[in-house]
This record gives sequence, structure tokens and C-alpha cells, in this order.
Amino acid sequence: MSSFFSALSNPAFPFLQNALIASLLASILFGILGSVVTVKRIAGLAGAISHAVLGGIGMALFLSSTGIVPFITPMTGAILFAILSALIIGLVSLKAKQREDTVINAIWAIGMSLGVLFLAKTPGYRDPTSYLFGNILLVSREDLILLAILDAVVLILVWRFYPQLEASAFDEEFARVRGVPTNTVFFIILGITAIAVVLLQTFVGIVMVIAMLTLPAGTAGYLAKNLAGMMIASWIFSSIFSFLGLALSWHYDLPSGAVVVVLSGAVFLAVSALRMVIVGYQKKKGLAS
Amino acid sequence: MKNEKPIVIQFSQVAFSYGSDPVLEHVNFHIHQGEFIALVGPNGAGKSTILKLLLALEQPGKGTIHVLGKTAREGRARLGYVPQHADYDKTFPISVYEVIRMGRLQPTKRNWTHLDELAVQRAMKQVEIQDLARRPYGALSGGQRRRVLVARALAAEPEILILDEPTANMDVESEERLFSTLGQLKGRTTILIVTHDTEFVSALTDRVLCIGERTGSEKRAHRLVQHRAAPAEHAPPELFGGAALQVLHDEVEPEDSCCIDTKPSKTGAPS
Repeated sequence: MSSFFSALSNPAFPFLQNALIASLLASILFGILGSVVTVKRIAGLAGAISHAVLGGIGMALFLSSTGIVPFITPMTGAILFAILSALIIGLVSLKAKQREDTVINAIWAIGMSLGVLFLAKTPGYRDPTSYLFGNILLVSREDLILLAILDAVVLILVWRFYPQLEASAFDEEFARVRGVPTNTVFFIILGITAIAVVLLQTFVGIVMVIAMLTLPAGTAGYLAKNLAGMMIASWIFSSIFSFLGLALSWHYDLPSGAVVVVLSGAVFLAVSALRMVIVGYQKKKGLAS
Repeated sequence: MKNEKPIVIQFSQVAFSYGSDPVLEHVNFHIHQGEFIALVGPNGAGKSTILKLLLALEQPGKGTIHVLGKTAREGRARLGYVPQHADYDKTFPISVYEVIRMGRLQPTKRNWTHLDELAVQRAMKQVEIQDLARRPYGALSGGQRRRVLVARALAAEPEILILDEPTANMDVESEERLFSTLGQLKGRTTILIVTHDTEFVSALTDRVLCIGERTGSEKRAHRLVQHRAAPAEHAPPELFGGAALQVLHDEVEPEDSCCIDTKPSKTGAPS
């Protein structure tokens, strides 16, 4: 591990400092936005959006390398597809709830397939691995600035509209009766999640971003007494997992995104199992007495 | 007895359909300030639809709805709503106190004043759940949770309290406490209880509105009629949090029976 710390201060590895800053900035989104996604029970929606993003990346690479739209970047294509799929999923969820599952799966599959098709027709070899599984060492300064801006937006919105957010996640019908514009709240959450998924995929990749939006929040949910506590605990967990994951991946030469997800998943499963044992023991004790 | 109090809820010729499925037709009723009303009907008769219309969660296809002299959307801020909330997320991290605070929720603001805190404390006292305030909501029994939701509705200091199936899955003790709370509120707050039990209602009830009779040429939509209720000697009191009344389904009262002078008949019973 000492090699990780010495590498951090080594000017020969500037990308490692960027990676560390990126992982800490990403942790704010994993923790706070992840808690919102978890309590609003929209992880499936977020999963579909994140996978649809590959279609946008593939389209952008195809259009730019064939010279049809020379200036389009993979990020632009990704954001376009993320927002579009969020809009479609959001509308279906509100207007035709009974079709929601089908549409989520369709967008998930069509997005990924379009990505594969575009990449196959893109001149020169394009390895989709870094998009699918992420590569934090490729994070640029612009990525860091965008992540920081999104962090600020999420923190401000969550602080300012916390009561409305909590109520619409806990009991949406009641929130609506109290006059909260719950549909607007829902679309804002979906829109921010869509943009977050695009920015976060550089770290853990589009396949695993949904894991990081749910696992630390799920672990925190077991321990926290309220939504605010869940957000803070989830933020702390995410920071620890991200930092440790980055250090371990550097030390053992492993893909960082996968290490972070495995760490988060292992802790979530361990805490879930421990909780089941404790609850079972308490029930047994309750029956015996 | 003629009820001179102002009308707080009025449905006039309301019709509603989901797509091409008519649910309600010619629904006319009104509720006076301070009345205790039971809206009864079997499952699928349209009780939930009437609630959704009243709470402005759905819009009527025909007719008008007035709540406290305004449209349902404008008037609902002064309603207290106790939903069934049966499919809630048990793992949602939230305390009883935080659920009740939700009763003071405003559409977009986040400020919290001394008056809000007082209203929350008063609501907890009214339903006797101060000792549960710090407990996680998910750890409560079904009956306790329902009382928390009543407190949440009361925290808004509503003029009308609407309870959707308040006694479903409730233990006897919680039910007695609930009806004792409602008994104290009776007269000051207008109360509307929605229930699928079409035979008996709480003895606190002033009038029974019954939904379920089918109407129209194809007899698909439901309409609403008003029944009288009489003391039921054989109804088990533990099921109704106290004495119960039996709904007399054979006797349909005119819609405006509460607004016209009724003279005692020869036998002395009100007609």
C-alpha cells in the first residue's frame, strides 16, 4: 500500500492524483444520489439508462470517425442517449405503469445493441472495454470539473428540497395531496441520474455504475435512522470503498472499477447476512421469552 | 333535524370513468361542517375513486366537486388524509417523529417554525403516541403505524379528516384508541371514514353514504345513496372500537335529508 501513497506524490504519475480526486468526487454522487435512487426504488430505471449510454458512445464514435459529424465526442453521444432514455422511461413510468418493465428492458437491450452495431461499423478497432468497465486512470481535468459541478448541484438540490424529496419517496400519494409536484421531482431525479451515470462511467464503467449507486446506499440503509443519515453513511462508505479500491488496484495491478464494486458488494452481502442472523436471533429470543 | 352548518364537501352530478370503463355516475352528496360520515361500499364499488376525486388526484369527467367552497385542488391543503399505505417500504429509514413532521409539508418550502413543532407535538398527544416518537416507523405494529398516519394528518390541523379503511389489519387496542381520538375530534373536525364493511359502522357516525348500486343502461357505473343507521345490539363492540350502528340498506334517504326540516312522526321516531 505504501507504493500507492508514494506514487500519489510522485510527479511522474499525475493521472493517479486525478484518479483519487475523481473517486472522492464520485463518492458524493454514489452516496447521496445513490440513496435517493435506492429509496425511490428506481435502480432498475437507472440501470436501463446506464446501459443505453453505450448506444450514444458508439454512435458518437461512428459519426466522428466516419467524418459525418466530425466534432461529436463520446461524452456528447452518451449524454444525448442518457437524457433520451430517461425521458422515455419517465413518461412510460407515469403514463403506462403496467408497461414499465418491458420498456426498461427494451431500452436496456436496444441501447447496448446499438452501441455494439455502431462500434462494429466504426473504422479502426475500438475496444469497448474501457466504456463497459471504466478506466479511472483516463479521467481528464474536464471530467473532474464536470463531476464537481454535478456534486454541487446534487448537494444544493437535496439540501433545499429535502422534505419534499423524503415525502415523495416515502409516500408519493400523500406528498401529492400536500401539493408537492411529485412528477417534477421524479423527472429531476431521473435527469440528474442520467447525467451522473455518464460522468461516473469513466470510473466504474456503464455496466457497474448501477452497482455503486445501490450497494453503498443499501449498506447505509441498514444502519441509518433516517434518509439524511443514510446519505451521509453511504457517502462515507463510498469514499472508503473508492479509496481502498483505487489503492488495491494500483498495488495489485487490477482494474480499479471492478475492485471498488467487489469491495462494496462484499460489504453489502456481509452486512445483510449479519442483519439476518441478528433479526433471526431476536425473533427466536422473543418467542422463547 | 335540519343541519344549519355550512357545507364543506359537495359532489354535484359527478361522473368518472377509467378510459371507457364507467366507474361513477350521477354522484351527488354533501357533507356539513362537523359531521361524522361513513362512506361504505364493497370492494371495487368506487370508494377509492371518490377519495381520489376528493383529493384532486383524479379529475371528474362530468360534474363539479367543491371542498371548503373551493375546487378540490385548492381546498385539499386544509384536508387531513390518512391513507392505507399498505405497500410501503419496510426498509425505508425514518422515525415516527419524521413521519408526523410530513403532515406540515409545504409544496416547495423547507422552513420549520415553532408553530410547526407545536402542531406536531399536539398531534402526537391527540393519538397518544409520544412514547413512540423516536422509534423506527418500520418496527411498529400495523395498528401503531395507522395511528402514526392519523397523527401525521392531524399535524396539518385540518378542517376535514379523511380516513381510508382505518381499521384494516388493526388490533383491538389500537382500534379503541383510534375511535377514542375520533370521538374527541367529533363536532370540531369534519370526519369522513371510508370502509368496505357495509353492515356496521361506528356509533359516532351521523350519516352513511353507500356506494355500489349499479346504474346506467348497461348497469356498469355505480351511484351513491344515503342510508339510515340504527343502534346494533348484537354487533361485537370490540370490532368497532366501541358501540356500533347497523346500516339499514332497505331505507334510502333523500340526498338533502339533512337540509330539510323533519317533524317527528306519530310514534316519536324521526322520519
